Amino acid sequence: MPLGAYLTLAAAVFAIGLFGVLTRRNAVGILLGIELMLNAVNINLVAFARFSGDLGGIIFTLFTIAITVAEVAVGLAIVIVIFRVRRTVEADHLDLLRG
Amino acid sequence: MTLETVGFAGVAVVLLAASLGVVLTPNLFHSVLWLAAALVATGGVFLLLDAPFLFGVQLLLYAGGVVTIVVFAIMLTERLAGRTIRQASRYLVNGAVLSAAVFIGVAGFLVQAPAVTGRPALAGDLTVAVGRALVGPFALVLELLGVLLVIALLGALYFARSEP
Repeated sequence: MPLGAYLTLAAAVFAIGLFGVLTRRNAVGILLGIELMLNAVNINLVAFARFSGDLGGIIFTLFTIAITVAEVAVGLAIVIVIFRVRRTVEADHLDLLRG
Repeated sequence: MTLETVGFAGVAVVLLAASLGVVLTPNLFHSVLWLAAALVATGGVFLLLDAPFLFGVQLLLYAGGVVTIVVFAIMLTERLAGRTIRQASRYLVNGAVLSAAVFIGVAGFLVQAPAVTGRPALAGDLTVAVGRALVGPFALVLELLGVLLVIALLGALYFARSEP
């Protein structure tokens, strides 16, 4: 398969993840959309690494995966705290800072 | 039709279907299960790209770790709320138009770009090379990553502590 096929697949997954982030009301649902977008980026990185023969992209993917795991852990901790305090996980209801 | 073409087609269909499932299912728990399928399919893409080590990492960290954490969070918030959380979506048309525009923009750029078909031959085992690079030129970044994980752990602990 040519490089373009992998990049197109990644772009489609990225667009679907973006759709999820834009349309979900639930904070956890928004996080799931972000996961999809990060995955699409990982596909791009690995595809470029394989087709250019450079190892850097694969190493970078390892780092992004680890950082994503940390991000999810902290993000969900924040969601749980918000839920404890405000009794809701809907992003639209969290407008405390609205001017 | 080579084996890679068939594999790519299968993995692409599963990945796209699972991704659509993640963003379209009303039940949040089903959404997470679709995400697990999408993550495993992404691991399949890594396998097609001759990176079996990343496939393992993807299964262990993403499909194992992330999905477990998200399921845990959903169950915790549902137990606290005492009801199943339905998640309605809003701005469906706007979101669809914007994400389609992003996809068309990227795809249009890809169509114009010169096609790259050949991939260079593998020089030995990729996993060994990755391991050597991690303790060689990327050693400092690896250490920084360890620091980041500790900070994330402390941050999550701080959020999760019981109120004084």
